[in-house]
Amino acid sequence: MAEKTIQNLEEVTIRFAGDSGDGMQLTGTQFTNTTAILGNDLSTLPDYPAEIRAPAGTLFGVSGFQIHFGSTEINTPGDQCDVLVAMNAAALKVNLGSLIDGGTIIANSDGFNDKNLKLAGYASNPLTDGSLQKYHLHSVDITKLTGLAIQDMNLSSKLVDRSKNFFALGMMYWMYNRPMESTINWIEKKFGNKPEIKEANLRVLKAGWNFSETTEIFAVRYEVGPAKLAPGKYRNITGNQALAWGLIAAAKKAKLDLFLGSYPITPASDILHELSVYKHFGVKTFQAEDEIAGVTSALGASFGGALGVTTTSGPGVALKTEAIGLAVMVELPLIIVNVQRGGPSTGLPTKTEQSDLLQSLYGRNGEAPVPIIAAATPADCFETAFEASRIALKYMTPIFCLSDGYLGNGSEPWLIPDYNALPEIAPKFRTEKEGFFPYSRDEQTLSRPWAIPGTPGLEHRIGGLEKQHITGNVNYEPLNHEFMIKMRAEKVERIANEIPLAEVEGDSQGDLLVVGWGGTYGSIKSAVAHHRQKGNSVFHLHLRWLNPMPRNVGEILYKFKHILVPELNLGQLVKVLRAKYLVPAVGLNKIQGLPFKSVEIENKIEEILRGTK
Amino acid sequence: MSVLVDEVMKLSPPPSDQKASSKDFQSDQDVRWCPGCGDYSILAQTQRVMPDLGIPRHRMVFVSGIGCSSRFPYYMNTYGFHSIHGRATAIASGLKMARPELSMWVVTGDGDGLSIGGNHMIHLLRRNLDINVLLFNNQIYGLTKGQYSPTSEKGKVTKSSPFGSIDYPFNPAALALGSSATFVARTLDRDPKHMQAIIKRAAEHKGTSFVEVYQNCNVFNDGAFFQFTEKDTKDDTVVYLEHGKPLTFGKEKDKGIRLNGFSPEVVSLKDGKWSVNDLLVHNEKDTTLSFILADMTYKAGLPRPIGIFLAIDRPVYEQEMVRQIVFAQEKRGDGDMVKLLNSGDTWTVQ
Repeated sequence: MAEKTIQNLEEVTIRFAGDSGDGMQLTGTQFTNTTAILGNDLSTLPDYPAEIRAPAGTLFGVSGFQIHFGSTEINTPGDQCDVLVAMNAAALKVNLGSLIDGGTIIANSDGFNDKNLKLAGYASNPLTDGSLQKYHLHSVDITKLTGLAIQDMNLSSKLVDRSKNFFALGMMYWMYNRPMESTINWIEKKFGNKPEIKEANLRVLKAGWNFSETTEIFAVRYEVGPAKLAPGKYRNITGNQALAWGLIAAAKKAKLDLFLGSYPITPASDILHELSVYKHFGVKTFQAEDEIAGVTSALGASFGGALGVTTTSGPGVALKTEAIGLAVMVELPLIIVNVQRGGPSTGLPTKTEQSDLLQSLYGRNGEAPVPIIAAATPADCFETAFEASRIALKYMTPIFCLSDGYLGNGSEPWLIPDYNALPEIAPKFRTEKEGFFPYSRDEQTLSRPWAIPGTPGLEHRIGGLEKQHITGNVNYEPLNHEFMIKMRAEKVERIANEIPLAEVEGDSQGDLLVVGWGGTYGSIKSAVAHHRQKGNSVFHLHLRWLNPMPRNVGEILYKFKHILVPELNLGQLVKVLRAKYLVPAVGLNKIQGLPFKSVEIENKIEEILRGTK
Repeated sequence: MSVLVDEVMKLSPPPSDQKASSKDFQSDQDVRWCPGCGDYSILAQTQRVMPDLGIPRHRMVFVSGIGCSSRFPYYMNTYGFHSIHGRATAIASGLKMARPELSMWVVTGDGDGLSIGGNHMIHLLRRNLDINVLLFNNQIYGLTKGQYSPTSEKGKVTKSSPFGSIDYPFNPAALALGSSATFVARTLDRDPKHMQAIIKRAAEHKGTSFVEVYQNCNVFNDGAFFQFTEKDTKDDTVVYLEHGKPLTFGKEKDKGIRLNGFSPEVVSLKDGKWSVNDLLVHNEKDTTLSFILADMTYKAGLPRPIGIFLAIDRPVYEQEMVRQIVFAQEKRGDGDMVKLLNSGDTWTVQ
């Protein structure tokens, strides 16, 4: 056995790609968890088709999982990958474009038979026709080797086929010098009552490692040291899980029951799945008959004194619209979580987009202001959901908590917060009869009292018809209506009194300010950082609150010569900024169902700066 | 129950709540239905029955959607929620899950409950939350001024069907039974005593109670049910369902319903061919029978069945939900947030 060279790397991006039935998401998740435990910083991008088991070998059936990890700060899942693991010809075809020149391909040669090549549209086999010369190609018959590793177990070819992703995983563990314990433990737990499958997967995983160790195929192994993260205890977390936990933490702090009314929808369903586990926290999850029942049941629960939540994606919000208007009118706390996906209509269910900002701001009949807060990274979904709950309860208002497909499914290391240090949430139920009126208002927040059914002496009626100021009785008077419209708007506006002022990362004035919101945070941060390293006067403003916006946003915008707003839509925030602050902001827009590559933003910044100089 | 809600539930009610009268259930709002509307009677009967239930009014909630019937909560001095079209059942479901101890009432109509809200209605019925649904059926859209509804008879000429409606009507009782409802009844706005008895039974039933009330809209569909409510016809057109009793009707109780195979038929008790012993005996626990009885609704030559079609027990949804929570808490202990945050694979950076 030849001595293998070990090479140190600061960061690497690997993409696992195969059929949607090949277990690529599982492989990627396992590699991610192991990498997280090793202390690397990381960011992931699962990229899978809407079809559960698309026909094998087809281009549209390719499922991918990209992980970017390193010993430095990692903000994005990586613009391009350094290593592509392709389980068949279609996976290579779809993903080759994202591999860097000189990158490594590990191809399962069994997935390149005549049928596979035809389905992928290859006239000749790329593994043998020399077309991949600019890459380091390792062609390995993973299927055959998997079969050999477990041939004495007499398993069906279907089961053998299902294990082959563990061979690929074992290879990558060897190549990047990762311990296998975490995955071994996972397999033992997951298949504990299926001893044959457990045994097969364990053997195949180790076979992948041993194969790499023994053969001459790989001359180099890589080492990626731990990142210099802030001290503390970490775990890896996806956006959807973090969001679910943020809601539980908020309810717990508030001493309220958490009620989730939800209808399954990609990519938000995992929040419903996650919350339905925590019955011992008193969490009540209700899988409703439709999106409308999801939100209305949550509103009913809020009337009863629970923290009412509904989780969905854009098409679901469209259906919930009328009920959100009702929540505005009856002024009850309600969290509406939108894990945005590609639209319009059914659109791209499994892909990411930020195209529901204007829907959140304006997508209701009448003047119906709703506060909006958006998460920036997968782990940030925790704090965002917690903050959304705190504000909804304090101001007695529905609120949008925006995430997106990339954040929801993506993951990153998370510095576990100290629960006891989280802000207090202290809702109060009105119980004094003296001077009670359903629509009297708190002087500071303008919120109305929360008097829940069961409170003696406070019987009252609420509803969607216009309310008389103070008494809450149905009222059609022209001036009262205008007054109440303004009152509801003012209440939401007053949230700005307590949200933090916006802070520019970098300086407070300069040539170009890049303004972003939501899941583009990491790409913008990386792009701006690169320009700053080059000495360019480029700065980053991230808006966590979209409604109301921090009080100082205008002030900041006016200090920059140019304002660039990159968004995964046709220009929604930029429209709002231009209308609200009368600034000549320009957009950088991408609507491909994929996150920004930071280089795309970098190039746009370059273009603007070149025009200036 | 959360700590905060628990504190509210411990508050003692004011003394005035302890021996309530129907007046205590009247709110201070002026009732604004058209004069002569059947809704007045339903409101009055409901307010009359409430004190007998022994539930303090601060633990009662009336939820409604949109339509004439849905103004009902404003007139009840209880908690109330006048919501949006068709969604009362879903709002009430959420509230009931959050607060199983409340007495829940949904007031809806044939349009609100069976057209725009039809989906939520059938799902409420199959889940069997302990909610009482009063569905005012006037076979017309009143609030929007006179279009045909999902219970309007075929051929009905209205503003939106000038050549006669081509829609076939729902049979609400059959729809409820088909949705696996556990309590299904029908009553009449012009039969106060019967309505009171039915409302009381509905309140006592554990599970969803579906009560269809034939209600006259004297402006847009006057007299739709007069054949069942007016003196000169009602005896021959209505058969009252009473548990354990044979189905007889007619002024002299000289007619009855017998089963011919699975089909009900009218027989005379006068000509000596049939006696009371040959008649169908009502059993409100018999699901099969309930379908047969509900199916009589639009059949020519058969009297309209009024009363309780079915009243059976089945586990109540919100209790099952509580049971799972209690079980989880017994097994895993009360949820500990610090533990949860620190669960799974973790690592420490020094």
